[in-house]
Parts: sequence; C-alpha cells; structure tokens
Amino acid sequence: MNIPQELKYSKDHEWVKVEGSKVTIGITDYAQSQLGDVVFVELPELGSEVAAGAGFSVVESVKAVSDIYAPVSGKVIEINEALADAPEIVNQSPYDEGWIVVLEISDPAELNELLDSGAYAQLLAEGGH
Amino acid sequence: MTARKTPLYETHVKYGGKIVEFGGWLLPVQYAGILDEHKAVREKAGLFDVSHMGEVLVKGPEALEFLQKLVTNDVASMTDNKVQYTPMCYPDGGTVDDLLIYKRNNQEYFLVINAANIEKDWNWMKENSIEFDVELTNLSDETAELALQGPLAETILRKLTEAPLEQLGYYWFTPEVLVAGKPVMVSRTGYTGEDGFEVYCRPDEAAYLWEAIMEAGQPYGLVPTGLGCRDTLRFEAALPLYGHELSAAISPIEAGIGKFVSLDKGDFNGRAVLDEQKQSGPRRKVAGFVLTGRGIARAGYPVVYEGRQIGTVTTGSYAPTLEQNIGLALVEAEYAKVGQSFAVEIRGKNIPAEVIKKPFYHRKGK
Repeated sequence: MNIPQELKYSKDHEWVKVEGSKVTIGITDYAQSQLGDVVFVELPELGSEVAAGAGFSVVESVKAVSDIYAPVSGKVIEINEALADAPEIVNQSPYDEGWIVVLEISDPAELNELLDSGAYAQLLAEGGH
Repeated sequence: MTARKTPLYETHVKYGGKIVEFGGWLLPVQYAGILDEHKAVREKAGLFDVSHMGEVLVKGPEALEFLQKLVTNDVASMTDNKVQYTPMCYPDGGTVDDLLIYKRNNQEYFLVINAANIEKDWNWMKENSIEFDVELTNLSDETAELALQGPLAETILRKLTEAPLEQLGYYWFTPEVLVAGKPVMVSRTGYTGEDGFEVYCRPDEAAYLWEAIMEAGQPYGLVPTGLGCRDTLRFEAALPLYGHELSAAISPIEAGIGKFVSLDKGDFNGRAVLDEQKQSGPRRKVAGFVLTGRGIARAGYPVVYEGRQIGTVTTGSYAPTLEQNIGLALVEAEYAKVGQSFAVEIRGKNIPAEVIKKPFYHRKGK
C-alpha cells in the first residue's frame, strides 16, 4: 500500500498536503482500493466553508457511497473538475491527479491532530480504524 | 447467525475474491474489479458461483396441479426439458419469490429459488402442497451451481463436453450430461442478459468443475466474476431482483413482468388481484430512468415530482455498458411512461431524471 512520507493523514483515510496556508486533500491508496471502481465524485461548491470532521464530498464506487470528511477546517478555493468526467482518476492516481479539493485553512493548529505516514501505516496494520 | 460457505469458498479465496456476506452466505463481491468483470461478461465470458441458490424437487402424480396453483406462469405449457421463469405470489398478489422451473416430466419438476428466501419458500410450498399428491424435497444443500455467462460461453463449455450445446435453445436444459467427466445438469439460462449456461453439480465436484472451466476458458479471456457485476449485469438487462423490484409488497404486474402471469390457466394464488391489476392497470409501476443531472441514484432514494414523493428507487447504479447513471424505481403508474420527467432526491438535492425504455441493455444476436 502506497503511503507517501511527505503527506499527513486522517483516521478516515484522507491525505493532506500542506503548502503554507493551503492544503490539498484527497483519499488514500488504501481508501480507493477498499472502495473499488470509483464512478462518481460529488465536489463541494467553490468558496464554501467546510468544518473539520464534517462531510464535504462524496465518492461513489459501483456498490458503495462514501462520505469524505474534511481533515481540517477551511474555505474551498479549488476543486478538481477533472473528476467530473473521469472519476476513475481517484483509483489510478489517488495522491496526484486524483486530488479532490484545495482548502485555505482557517485553523493551522488542526494540522497537529493529523497522522504522519508512519502513524497512518500503523493504523492500517492494526486493521484500518 | 454465522454466514455459510459454498463449496467454492476456498477457490474464491485462491482466485483473490474479495469476500462479503450476502444473504447469509460468504461470497466474492469482486476479484479484479466490478467494471472489468462486467465488461468481460458482455464481451467474452465470466464464471460465477451461484451455489447459494436454493433447489426444491417437486415430484408426484399431482406435481403439475400443485405448481399451477403455486406460481403465476402456465406450467402446463411446458414440454419436457424446458425451463420457465415465473413469479410465485401470495393471495394478495404480493410476491413470495421469483424462480426457475425445470420440467423433467409431468410428475417431476426441479425449482431454483433465491438463496435468501429458501426457508420462507420451502414453508410456503409445504403449506400449499397439503391438498395435492406431491412430495417436496429440499435439495439446496446437495446442489452446487456454476454460471458461465457471456458470448463465448458456448465455445468454452464445448471444450469440456460432448453434449450438443449448439442445439440447446435458450431456456432449455439437458438433465444428465458429462462436463469435464462429471455428471451434471446444464441449462441455457442466466441472469446477466447474455448467452450462457448454468451447471448444476454435486457440491464435492464444484471446485473441480470450476478449475476445469477456468482452464478451458483461459484462451478466450474467461475471468472469475463476483456478486458485484452479477448485479450490474442483471440491472442493465432490467431483470428484477427480489427485495428490490419484487417483494411481498410488490406484485409481478407492478414490477412490469406481467407476461409471466397467465390468466388463461385457471385458479392460482393471487389470481383475483393480479387479474384486476392487469385489466385496469396497476396503481404503481417499475419504471426505468436515466439521471439527466449529475449523481447516482441508489435503492431507497425518493422519487419526486413537483415537490411530492411519487415513488422510490428500487435499484440504481452506474451502468458500465451504457456509461450512464440509470435506475429502476417503483412510481405511481401515471409517471412511468417513457419520456416522463421527475427527480430523484440525492442527499437532499433533486436531481432531474427521465423515464427510458427497459431493458437498458439488449444483447445482439442470439
């Protein structure tokens, strides 16, 4: 299972890439493999505010509907519109092309709550959640 | 209750099947992936384990009379070695189950019923058999079943048997035939909208047959296929699934399978209600729809028109062959016509949809 070292992770299997006050968010390799073939991604509105722990996007595979929870609070400043026509990118490239949103974070302290790659790998080894 | 394993459980694990619990059984939902498996069945072939299905043997001088009362289709119209699809109803027209009847002869019929309904169906059949001279045997534990489905199914199975498969018509069966040296029953039936065969065998020979078929199919692109694509395949073909398009609360007429309700054959359970529904039209109908807005409809989502709920989605999914998000919904009959617009409520938003013709997918050729 691919768990890049430079990213941070939530216990709900989202990854977070921090660049100053901006964070890019997607779902992990483990999450996409558990979901199976992704056939639809519901993206949030640009400019909307999301709260840490709240659902802000929905990823649907052929059989399952999964909420994606915001790892941190912030304002949606970019959405990955490529997912509208090609949701399978989430399966093919979960950490790069398959990103979901970019947030302008409102409380940088929330980043401290996230897991590093080692802790996330341990979470998966212990059974996922 | 502990989930049960089919005789192919170890085989599924060996082939990398992702195991889930389904109707009390541990079965693979997918191997390589639902979309790949779906495509393989539409273009080449897939092999399914359907050993969880139930089987009941009906035998005796009044076997035909009993079945005529039990099910809605006309069993008397069958010839030996024919298979018939039929709903089985309660007196109020609600559906007990949908099943396949294999006619061996006038006094012997083999029924295939849904796995989750085995106990309920068995009790219902026993109760209804009291006034007839018939003997019922539940063969569910003694019967395993493999389904080889797809346009190359005949080519693959032919390698393993001397039986003249090319002469076996759709919905016919051969009661005793050797496949890979094992005595089995083979029917040209299935639940995917494709050509294909169902192979009934002894549980202790199921794994051997699975391997033999996989090996014979290897040059033709045969893949093992799971419950996930079984559902998307049957859904594209608009074949009803018990618990979704059919239930104790949904009659076969409402489900749109009235052609399997024969009003010419005398009395049967549910006849009065089904007759009335057929004559004056049912109040509700299963409609096929395509979402014209973005989203995927799922079973249980409300169907709304001008702010009022007019029905409920019974099955909804991305349709891999059509590459569209489509669904089946039980709606008030006046909204079930092709071209009708309504909306499906998805997470609080009304997503526009339009009624389209069923089945969504029709195979070409035979």
